[in-house]
Amino acid sequence: MTPALDKLLKKGRAPGAKRIDEFLREHSFPILENSGVTFVYRGEADEILLQHWIFGLPSAQPFHRIGETDLWYFHMEMPAESRVEYKLEVVRGDNRKWILDPLNPHRAHDPFGANSVCQGPGYERPEWTLEQPATRQGTLEEFSLTSRALKGARFFRVYCPARFRARRRYPLLIIHDGEDYLRYAQMKTVLDNLVHRFEIAPLIAVFSQPGDRLREYGADPRHARYLAEELMPFLEERFPLIPDPAARGLMGASFGAVASLFTASEYPGTFGRLLIQSGSFVFADIGWHRKGLEFDPVAQFVNRFRRNPTRPSEKVFVSCGMYESLIYENRSLIPLLQKTGMEVRYLENRDGHNWENWRDRCRDAFSWLFPGPLWMMYE
Amino acid sequence: MRDLILLGPQANQPRVAEALRRLEIGGTVCAITAGWQERAGELEALREHLGREVLHLQLYQRTEDIFEADPELFQAHRYRQNRLRELQQYYRQRLSRYLEVSRWLATAEGDERLLSGERRDALGVVRQLDDHHLHRLDALRQEFEEEWRPGQRAAVRKQTREVSRLLSRCEAVLVAGGHVAVLLNRLRLFDLARLIGDKPVIAWSGGAMVMGERIVLFHDNPPQGPGVAEVLERGLGLYQGLLVLPHARSRLRLADPVRVSSFASRFHPLHAVPMDDGAFLQRTAEGWRSVGELYRMSRGGGLERVDHL
Repeated sequence: MTPALDKLLKKGRAPGAKRIDEFLREHSFPILENSGVTFVYRGEADEILLQHWIFGLPSAQPFHRIGETDLWYFHMEMPAESRVEYKLEVVRGDNRKWILDPLNPHRAHDPFGANSVCQGPGYERPEWTLEQPATRQGTLEEFSLTSRALKGARFFRVYCPARFRARRRYPLLIIHDGEDYLRYAQMKTVLDNLVHRFEIAPLIAVFSQPGDRLREYGADPRHARYLAEELMPFLEERFPLIPDPAARGLMGASFGAVASLFTASEYPGTFGRLLIQSGSFVFADIGWHRKGLEFDPVAQFVNRFRRNPTRPSEKVFVSCGMYESLIYENRSLIPLLQKTGMEVRYLENRDGHNWENWRDRCRDAFSWLFPGPLWMMYE
Repeated sequence: MRDLILLGPQANQPRVAEALRRLEIGGTVCAITAGWQERAGELEALREHLGREVLHLQLYQRTEDIFEADPELFQAHRYRQNRLRELQQYYRQRLSRYLEVSRWLATAEGDERLLSGERRDALGVVRQLDDHHLHRLDALRQEFEEEWRPGQRAAVRKQTREVSRLLSRCEAVLVAGGHVAVLLNRLRLFDLARLIGDKPVIAWSGGAMVMGERIVLFHDNPPQGPGVAEVLERGLGLYQGLLVLPHARSRLRLADPVRVSSFASRFHPLHAVPMDDGAFLQRTAEGWRSVGELYRMSRGGGLERVDHL
């Protein structure tokens, strides 16, 4: 039992409806106290479950009902600076429904909808992920390119930083799952702010969209060819890019991270900067992986890379959430990358496989891969 | 004594027009915006703010033209810049280690009679390193000047004549901030400290930093690295005794007594003066006067409000 609930129960007696109303008014939820968190739900149900994606914990955690009331709670440990996305499963008879936590205003969105967010003690959304009135805005322009490699058109948007000058040359960053990064990781705001603060170099970012995502991003040579042999020349022709691998980066999360590392491996010396977030780097040192069919080419690539790590790039930033199932795969990758002589930075944090985790790592990653003139600039 | 006004950043709270009024300058002024680099020619906002004729000295573009006309000088300059960067790396490596020790001692607990001597000495080592670095920079600069004599090269002389002609038409010189190394290099190449004679100067943000005795780069919370303030170079030396710190509130942990004390002590006897939006310092016969509140970082670890400096 937690102090807040102890107080509510007044020496073990179940509270009345009025007292519960007061309790709900007095607190914000979930309740953070004593290095733990208490989730609370009020409503009639047969069972309430906390559904989350923390690897290592049972994914469905049952709430406890307080006496005969309609108040439910579940308490768990919540280490400092954790950030956990979750839903509540409400069970009534045969009806099971996943809902957002009605008592928690914090939400995170992704292509599947939204989740509630528990922000552990010490977690604060970085201010550079929020729109700032003083920040100069970059621009986004839509393009489409017919790819011979992929046999079809591919859509992408090009970000040019504020104060863009056609006579100046810029680094380039190609971002897989570009629309998702824009929508769910606020990537334009992030870039605008970090460029504005001189923490990263003004750069051109390409927000690339896949067609058949799992096929194209799953270590597909055709997609690598599209990026290196079709998209790159297209961009070089239209935008003032620095003609140097050190000024060319690939970035992606999950399968997008696989696509980034795979493309760099297929075209070594082309992309000198990689940002790999929570990569789906499944492998099997013996036997075969136990994921779906779409992981077959990924496992083949990662197994090959593990046997014979090559040096696809110069600097690689890898991040992964501690609460993800992929933490094992990503940790395993680090010594291999280091072995190739590349500069490698690895960052773990207490978060999961989600867009806001990937967003929150961008300042560390971008400012290392594409450092800005912060120290010199006093406007 | 030259009329001199130092201002904080101008983007949100422009006070250049007010500075000109205080100096009773009603005519044409010259602007140096080399720190803005590619945007150096974008003077619309400044002209609108001032509502008067503003001549642009175009030091950034002129330097590009000089380097195009004199590739030998360009190569020599690039070589020197690479050496400066290398030297800065060595200095930075040493500095971060010395400062780490100094900071550890600042909060160490033990016999104060023993610790105070260690703290003093550790700080002295940092100050010595700063001075040593400046002397190394002086030597590199002097070597370059003696070998290449940039002021006597045809391309530089041609552009310098044009700059002098523009300067002769103006009553005051305005120096904007931006990239302080770029700005400093341009000002040095044209020997601006000599060219402007005794004309009044109004400089803001990085421009104000470059006009002083020494240029110190600072940021307590950079996204990479430990955030160790470092000496970049000597400034033009148009004023003494101050170390102006633009954007101090966002770049420095002014509420951290250890940081503030360490910074103020390291650069003493220069007064470390935060210069945020709206800051306005005017040099008078009695010293520096502020239009508005004036603070300096104290060796005791706080922000000390002062009437003048």
